[in-house]
Amino acid sequence: MKLPVSIAVNGSATSSEVEPRLLLVHYLRDVLGLTGTNVGCDTSQCGSCTVLIDGEAVKSCTVLAVQADGSDITTIEGLAQDGELHPIQQAFWDNHGLQCGFCTPGMILTATEILKKNPRADEHEVRHGLEGNICRCTGYENIVKSIVAAQSAKPAKKRASKKGAA
Amino acid sequence: MRGDPAGMRVLQPRTIEEALDAFARRPSAVPLAGGTDFMVAWNAGGENGRVILDLSAITSWKRVRVSGRGLRIGALTTHWQLQHEASVKKHLPLLAEACATIGGRQIQTRGTLGGNIANASPAGDTFPPLAVYDAKVRLRSASGRRTLPFIEVFEGVKKTSLGAGELIESIDVDAPRKPTRQLFRKVGTRAASAISKTVAAGLLWTRPDGAIRELRFALGSMAPTVKRLRAVEAFVAGKKPTGEVVEEAAALLEEDVSPIDDFRSTRFYRLEVSRNLLRAFLK
Ligand SMILES: Cc1cc2nc3c(=O)[nH]c(=O)nc-3n(C[C@H](O)[C@H](O)[C@H](O)COP(=O)(O)OP(=O)(O)OC[C@H]3O[C@@H](n4cnc5c(N)ncnc54)[C@H](O)[C@@H]3O)c2cc1C
Ligand code: FES
Ligand code: FES
Repeated sequence: MKLPVSIAVNGSATSSEVEPRLLLVHYLRDVLGLTGTNVGCDTSQCGSCTVLIDGEAVKSCTVLAVQADGSDITTIEGLAQDGELHPIQQAFWDNHGLQCGFCTPGMILTATEILKKNPRADEHEVRHGLEGNICRCTGYENIVKSIVAAQSAKPAKKRASKKGAA
Repeated sequence: MRGDPAGMRVLQPRTIEEALDAFARRPSAVPLAGGTDFMVAWNAGGENGRVILDLSAITSWKRVRVSGRGLRIGALTTHWQLQHEASVKKHLPLLAEACATIGGRQIQTRGTLGGNIANASPAGDTFPPLAVYDAKVRLRSASGRRTLPFIEVFEGVKKTSLGAGELIESIDVDAPRKPTRQLFRKVGTRAASAISKTVAAGLLWTRPDGAIRELRFALGSMAPTVKRLRAVEAFVAGKKPTGEVVEEAAALLEEDVSPIDDFRSTRFYRLEVSRNLLRAFLK
């Protein structure tokens, strides 16, 4: 028996009839074709499937799509605006915050939420906030560096875009 | 996609009454709160064919109510909410602290207090704080309510005394008077995926002359279920915490808990760590 779901993803309404066993991550990847959200473990350990549900970081491999009915979801595809990378994406680029890139969407979404809750998070708080995300390549140094750099870059970027608009 | 498409059914009650009715009719259904325990087992293929009772819509169980001296914590309140909730931070700081150590933030935003309790893992990190706060657990089924002292919810590893069709509705705690000292300590390995080797919570009230008025101390991960150190607590009451008293208390600890050797740690290590935590707390 299929169940109806309506979920806003990156600001657009989506709806579908899904099997109850469909995981949210597979709704995003297979039904909507948003393959930026990765599945590394499906046991809630690695964090590569992290998305924001109503603004909170959640591992989408252990949430049923039907449980997310009526919610508002942000995936990595929703961060860039008008062809411009989100400041955290840009900071990962600038600071070599990725190697293979598999963990990166989950890292970046977790980071957006860390900085939203605490815009002045220091290195320690960033590391603590990333406890649920595993990276097998970078050794975390450049990931943390990117996130710390992203927050100091934010005001500068606003100024830059104001100048651009003027 | 996992699971058998024909076998998996999700019931989506919109109200508490609907949820209780559905559970009464299908007592073999699995209540689903945050899913941080259940969905891992389900993804591993261990729960195929189960009927799921999704509690997502029961929003009135997702908040903390303060009345008089008491806090009523809805069973669906998340670890993330609990560590940020002002009333919990003020009156039950050990619980707020425990919730902040559970998994990473993605687990805290989904995982609930009711789910932590119903899952009845020997390593539930909220259990020692709830034990020292003398929490009560309110259960509700289609035929009514009953309230159990927190410790009595557990019958063994992954076994609770919840009856057929019964849900945890809330966790009720009276705010204690301000302790002289308090402690929450979780000894584990990698924070976010660590199952505690030992987890301890303590509250201590002393008299002006330095003697111990009251001690409450609980240990988790040591035995199949969380343990209050009743023998130790009774022994130190009224005594000054001299070196000798502390040593005798530490020796008594073994009477209250019978730690296990398992894949996470050994009996020897657990006893040694717990004795050290108790010693440091009393001195
Ligand atoms: C990566 C990871 C790290 C973790 N780290 C920790 C940790 O450090 N410490 C710790 O203690 N736990 C940890 N956990 C376990 C888990 O997150 C917690 O136990 C959490 O509180 C479970 O809550 P939930 O709402 O997700 O439960 P669910 O998975 O939804 O449910 C768990 C069980 O409880 C039952 N249940 C749920 N709600 C109710 C209710 N209201 N009434 C009756 N039965 C109910 C369900 O049927 C199920 O059997 C971790 C899990 C993961 C995946
Ligand atoms: S795929 Fe979800 S946590 Fe690893
Ligand atoms: S960059 Fe490869 S897993 Fe993180």
